[in-house]
Amino acid sequence: MIDWCDKCEEMMQPYLDGALSDAEVEQAKHHLEQCSWCAKRYHFEERLRHYVRVAISEPMSAELKAKLSALRTPLDA
Amino acid sequence: MSESAPTAADTRRLAEEARARVRFEEEALDLSDQVYRVARRLVGSREEAEDLVQQTYERAFRSWKQFTPGTNLRAWLLRILTNLNIDRGRRQQRTPQTTTLDNEAGDYFLYNKLEAQVPEENPDEERVIEKLSQDSIVDALAEVPHDFRDVIVLVDIGEFSYADASQILDIPMGTVMSRLHRGRRILKKNLADGVAA
Repeated sequence: MIDWCDKCEEMMQPYLDGALSDAEVEQAKHHLEQCSWCAKRYHFEERLRHYVRVAISEPMSAELKAKLSALRTPLDA
Repeated sequence: MSESAPTAADTRRLAEEARARVRFEEEALDLSDQVYRVARRLVGSREEAEDLVQQTYERAFRSWKQFTPGTNLRAWLLRILTNLNIDRGRRQQRTPQTTTLDNEAGDYFLYNKLEAQVPEENPDEERVIEKLSQDSIVDALAEVPHDFRDVIVLVDIGEFSYADASQILDIPMGTVMSRLHRGRRILKKNLADGVAA
């Protein structure tokens, strides 16, 4: 007997990475539709990845942007 | 100079090259936000990141002819960036530190721990994730050892494919995957550790 909650826990990272086979994706989806316990955890993981991305995005300063632009080869050179 | 005057073909070639160069520089500059974002997470301070990005563009513009048009420019730039970063001697130790992790524990441990902090029974996952602050995520990532963090930064933040990350960091794809897996676990463990028991 497969414990689908365990199996889904194992598949979570590759699922979110898009690294599962089509058949495995179907298995995971099928279980997630029926099991809100796992579905919540998948959704949480997805949100966590998003939060990590957002939490650490910090725009480049205008000064640096200007410095980089100044590195270009002058057009009239 | 006593050389003969350039032929029309020479002039055309030079003009073509100048155009290609301008195009290259424009395309590279369009990617600077993404390059900076990666740099900022690879090194400790904003100043270091800015220096690194500037050096990267200096080198890229100098050696632009080595770039093969049609290949991934973002990966090419980040390859320069990571090489410069290694040159800066930031990595004293090349071997990944091994943080003790309970390998038997599954992947839901962070959720389970956070969920226990929410007073209501069976809470919505949005309530659970609210338990994490932006600062706690920044701190938790900063504490992930370099080798693992580099992979997380490229794949989860820079949204690079495993293949690109493998090329940029010059490590096999299997290593990218194992470091990513382990790095995410360390990140989640750091977050879990930061939550009051």
